[in-house]
Amino acid sequence: MHHEAPLYTLFGLTFNLANVLMITVTSVIVFVIAVLATRNLAMKPTGMQNFLEWVMDFVKGIIKSNMDWKTGGRFHMLGMTLIMYIFVANMLGLPFSVVIDNKLWWKSPTADPVVTLTLATMVVALSHYYGIKLNGFKEYAKGFVSPMPILFPLKIIEEFANTLTLGLRLYGNIFAGEILLALLAGSLATGVGGTIAAIIPTIAWQGFSIFVGAIQAFIFTMLTMVYMAHKVSHDH
Amino acid sequence: MFVLGAGGHGFNGGDILFQLIMFLLLMFLLRKYAFGPLMGVMKQREEHIANEIEQAEKHHQEAKKLAEEQRELMKKSRQEAQALIEEARKLGEEQKEQIIQAARQEAERLKEAAKKEIAQEKEQAMAALRQQVASLSVLIASKVIEKELSEQDQAKLISEYIQEVGESR
Repeated sequence: MHHEAPLYTLFGLTFNLANVLMITVTSVIVFVIAVLATRNLAMKPTGMQNFLEWVMDFVKGIIKSNMDWKTGGRFHMLGMTLIMYIFVANMLGLPFSVVIDNKLWWKSPTADPVVTLTLATMVVALSHYYGIKLNGFKEYAKGFVSPMPILFPLKIIEEFANTLTLGLRLYGNIFAGEILLALLAGSLATGVGGTIAAIIPTIAWQGFSIFVGAIQAFIFTMLTMVYMAHKVSHDH
Repeated sequence: MFVLGAGGHGFNGGDILFQLIMFLLLMFLLRKYAFGPLMGVMKQREEHIANEIEQAEKHHQEAKKLAEEQRELMKKSRQEAQALIEEARKLGEEQKEQIIQAARQEAERLKEAAKKEIAQEKEQAMAALRQQVASLSVLIASKVIEKELSEQDQAKLISEYIQEVGESR
């Protein structure tokens, strides 16, 4: 079940063109959905606007459960973009995957650890940035040695562990889902009997993967806000 | 097989860079073209609703005040009406009294006038009677005298009478 990645090197940077394609597709889909939903803004919301407003309130709720809105309001856009981007990314790999010349082109971008770890690192870096910006460097530095200085090494490890778990959790869930889908569709569905046998578990797993994809998008956003709150809150 | 996907192919620096740039770009674009305006509308609606509630409260307050005023006015007008009725009744009573008084006076006057008239009639009747009696008695007397008066006496009387008439002239 291993496909090659379409690699391309430019200016000494290695690009996985499949990732580039899927990241672009995901971003475009998210952008199109958002713009279509907010094209006819009205005081009395209808249809898509209702949906997007629900997402807004949902993310607002996530942020509010972690910090007060005065501090957390600035992360609203980040949370919105994260949850929509990751959800759409998780969904993209579900209906099919495209393999050309044994190279995997169409998949979830979040089924690649490079992508998820990039997002995770970005989130953790942002949490550090806002920690310093909102609380000052002294408060920020104090966070590493409280409540006891002896915890300093653990605190350092925690930061890396946070980043790794945040990224790899998402990657693991989505990648595992796609692997199983690929197995069901590719290996089991050989011949008529196999195809018939594969239909039901495939449908079931796809349904479960939609659930997992949604949950993972939620968890990623939730943890982002948890880490943010951890850095920007005043009371420790 | 290295399960982390990118394994065995070296470091995917390009993907990292691309993902980061795309995400930030997406966030920027979404803020500018989708969520920013949406948030604006949501905020606007929030304000609108707050405004409406405030307005409704104000109206309610006003209505309450108006109702109170109306009630006050009603009470006042009812009192006024009561007073008017009372006054009218009093006036009516007075008028009744007056009318009765007037009627009584009128009756008294009529009675008086009738009495007077009766007395006058009586007087007149008496006078007429008296005259009648007088003339009758004269007649009787003259009848009597006629029988006993001689011609001489008569002449004498006539002359006396004439004389008397002449004197009175």
